[in-house]
Amino acid sequence: MKTDQLITLLANGVSAVDGQQARRHSAMILGCGTLGTVLLMVMWLGVRRDLADAALLPMFWAKLAFAATLLVGAYTVALRLSRPGMRVGHAPLALAVPVLVLWLLAAVALGMAAPESRGYLILGVSWQVCPINIALLSAPSFVAALWVMRSLAPVRPALAGAASGLFAGALGALAYSFYCPELAAPFIGIWYLLGMLIPALAGGMIGSWLLRW
Amino acid sequence: MSVNANVDVNVNGTEIRLRALLLRGLAGESAAYQQFLQDLSGRLRAFLRGRLAGLPDEVEDLVQETLLAVHNQRHTYDAAQPLTAWVYAIARYKMIDMLRRRAKRDALHDPLDDELAVFTASDQDAGDARRDIAGLLDQLSDGQRLPIIYTKLEGRSVAEAAQLTGMSESAVKVAVHRGLKKLALLIRNAS
Repeated sequence: MKTDQLITLLANGVSAVDGQQARRHSAMILGCGTLGTVLLMVMWLGVRRDLADAALLPMFWAKLAFAATLLVGAYTVALRLSRPGMRVGHAPLALAVPVLVLWLLAAVALGMAAPESRGYLILGVSWQVCPINIALLSAPSFVAALWVMRSLAPVRPALAGAASGLFAGALGALAYSFYCPELAAPFIGIWYLLGMLIPALAGGMIGSWLLRW
Repeated sequence: MSVNANVDVNVNGTEIRLRALLLRGLAGESAAYQQFLQDLSGRLRAFLRGRLAGLPDEVEDLVQETLLAVHNQRHTYDAAQPLTAWVYAIARYKMIDMLRRRAKRDALHDPLDDELAVFTASDQDAGDARRDIAGLLDQLSDGQRLPIIYTKLEGRSVAEAAQLTGMSESAVKVAVHRGLKKLALLIRNAS
């Protein structure tokens, strides 16, 4: 087929592109993923009973803010990676800011703590299950985020997959915060982060073949 | 300096004109869209010929592959974004993809980041594509191939195609969309 014939084929009877509808469709898929993560959290783990007490503690909000800023950051980066020619710029570096702030808090907490209680600040009571729980909670959002990304056109598929995975991981961490009793900054800076990095890593690996077009 | 200024003006003129044509095409104006693709194909050909000096046989195949990619991903163009950047990113992606597939790693050492160059020259003299897209079209399932043939090759309306295939009109549109995406996949796998 000559190029001119291909052009005629592509242009013939071309249908209008409804950007609004495409955005609604993506929002609906992401909404379903988020709902899946929330339902999984409520039905599988349940909301902690002492949530009202926990909400009085600054570290509870710091934990939520940590996951929420990473969520917004990952969403922003994923959005830019989803369209050809969008500048990603320094947005990925901005993702390091909440991590560094939390690590600073963790360093202060460890520095002020008595030596014998430092182990508890780092390991808490649930370090063995925290990352895997966050990764499992993120699964519905993970599927949704990659699904939406697949309908777009990332020119860096692995990176786009990683950003989608981090977005899902941050949602998982946010949901997990309503169950998990751990509030120590060192714990969150290690195990929550690890939990979010599992889907990010998986997204990067899957993205490098799933998101090609 | 003045030469550069001239190039900038030309690039800008092309950007403005092509962008206007694409936006009309996105609104469903077939003639404007055809003109957009026609003009774009010339720009892509010149750009890719310059970049693939060592692989002249690949150029026309890659022009076609990029045009199909532009068409299939046209919903990702944001009107607030420079068209040059969008087209360049797609062309570059498809070129690197092709080079990877050829597994000629030495070819990747070319500097590939010259965004403005994509609109600086045009070459309407199409060489022959080596790959036959019509042949690949035959590999699609009837459910995707027939809607494409009716609406795209024979120029029938969606309603007519729906009647001929016994599908609903929206199913015909979806089949065309999916079929052209499948075609892009077949092209990738064929080379």
